[in-house]
Amino acid sequence: MSAGAERNEIHLLERELELELEAAQPRVPRLKWRRPFALLVVVTLIVVLWEGVKLLGGTPWHPVGAGPGSPVVWNPPFRWPFATDLNLPHVWNIAYAMGQPFQRGAEQTLLGYLVGAALYTWREAFLGFVLGSLLGLGLATAFVHSRLAERAFVPYVIASQTIPIIALAPLIVFALGQGVLAVVVIATYLTFFPVTIAMLRGLRSFDPRALELLRSYGASRWGVYTKLRLPASVPYLFTALKIAATAAIVGAIIGEDTGAIQAGLGRVITTFNQYYATGPEKLWAAIFVAALLGVVFFLLVRVAEILALRGRPGIDA
Amino acid sequence: MTGPAPTPVVQIRGVDKVFAGRDRGQTVALQGIDLDIAPGEFVSLIGPSGCGKSTLLRVIGDLVQPSRGTVEVNGKPATQARRDRDYGMVFQSPVLFDWRSVEDNVKLPLEILGRDKAWRSRRAAEMLELVELGDFTRHMPYQLSGGMQQRVAIARALSFEPRILLMDEPFGALDEMTRERMNDEVLRIWQQTGTTVVFVTHSIPEAVYLSSRVVVMSARPGRITKIVDIDLPRPRSDASRETPRYFERITEVREALRAGGSDVDDAGIPSAARTMAEGAVG
Repeated sequence: MSAGAERNEIHLLERELELELEAAQPRVPRLKWRRPFALLVVVTLIVVLWEGVKLLGGTPWHPVGAGPGSPVVWNPPFRWPFATDLNLPHVWNIAYAMGQPFQRGAEQTLLGYLVGAALYTWREAFLGFVLGSLLGLGLATAFVHSRLAERAFVPYVIASQTIPIIALAPLIVFALGQGVLAVVVIATYLTFFPVTIAMLRGLRSFDPRALELLRSYGASRWGVYTKLRLPASVPYLFTALKIAATAAIVGAIIGEDTGAIQAGLGRVITTFNQYYATGPEKLWAAIFVAALLGVVFFLLVRVAEILALRGRPGIDA
Repeated sequence: MTGPAPTPVVQIRGVDKVFAGRDRGQTVALQGIDLDIAPGEFVSLIGPSGCGKSTLLRVIGDLVQPSRGTVEVNGKPATQARRDRDYGMVFQSPVLFDWRSVEDNVKLPLEILGRDKAWRSRRAAEMLELVELGDFTRHMPYQLSGGMQQRVAIARALSFEPRILLMDEPFGALDEMTRERMNDEVLRIWQQTGTTVVFVTHSIPEAVYLSSRVVVMSARPGRITKIVDIDLPRPRSDASRETPRYFERITEVREALRAGGSDVDDAGIPSAARTMAEGAVG
């Protein structure tokens, strides 16, 4: 082994020791293996609380899937209006409803129907998410390169988000006509904002000495942008994309409702809302699937984030 | 460097740099700087904080524009030299891009220069071999120690064969032992590549050990007070650090600094050696 190699060995051992010592510092225990477990605990707690309320103050309990004429299994001591089967259906009845046809005489189960609608909504939301992210990235890029543009336009970017989307959605549908396009535009509208704001920061988050370094190589603005600004901003980008993912779904659902899209969760939620009295479980099931869609989209972005930030220090990936 | 005066690599004439302060008027960072640096020289700039040594380095590198005077590098204005990629910069901190592997960090300037892929890979491998990090190409920067990171920064600075290497207190953040090892590395690389080096430091022993000339500066306003020729034979090694001439030169630099009204970091010279040095002079 040469002297140099030996020195490297020592250096590396020292560095490893440093990292180990850092790791040995008392801190909040790593959540990795606990995460799925914690999720399970929380879900169980919610179900227990939900059914506990019904146990004390709900309407008389019937066997799962049985009509009101069936024998009463449990008669709660109190009668709380918010805990009736209409306002707060049993968790198992929601689950049961998912396995039943989504409407009388239909072949498809409610769950299959909802998943189909969710996938349709997701496609719109994803398009809006991509377009909104590109728009946000484009705006932020323009703003960090021009103070004038930043001063002139950022106030409008912020103002745009103070308009309630339910006020704006009909205008967009009116302008673009009923259809998927309007839905995508609404999703885009809700998506571009967090990306713009985060990237305004992210594209400036580089080490100023790194800029000096690139200038010493005679790098162009484009070189600085692609080699420094953009890669340095990636952690900011993903923080924004996680917000944007859920916002895009909300935007798509609202857009579908306003834009009278027949498929998709927006329509499903509106319909089940109208027929709530005859099937409260269906609306709850739709809400559950919509929430699940948001979570899944969020997790997809998170996975992309872990892959994109592999190897960077200080990222718990 | 001796012999018939060669065309200087760096030619600085009458350079002033005045920074406009926000409320208290102006700061004269540099005043009346004249300096020639010959090809293949190793020149250190030394002085107290605020003497403008880093500013002078940045003026040479065209990262700071002088208020007055001219800087010519390789016979052309500094801006042109920068565009021609004549400079390799090394800062006090390595400034590695933490999303790039060691190898990709070394390739960075080559990408900006638009060199082809095969050339980039070959060059990066050569440079990492040169700084003895050939086994760490796929490591990420944070996995390396401070000294190793700084060697990556040196490999990166040398990767595109710049005519001049500008180093701004590159080893200031390292411990004394690592710093001495790095000094030997930098001398070895300098001898292998023949690059001209301008080296900013606040350590007298470091400046004397490395340089062919030490430019002593003083503060308020930042100016050159003395240039000390370091006539220690090369190659230099630990043995050089124990010769009387080494201590003489250290004393000469320190006295020049004191004459300039500054107290500078004497750290690293054992007090016995210091006495010896003074004895040798007196």
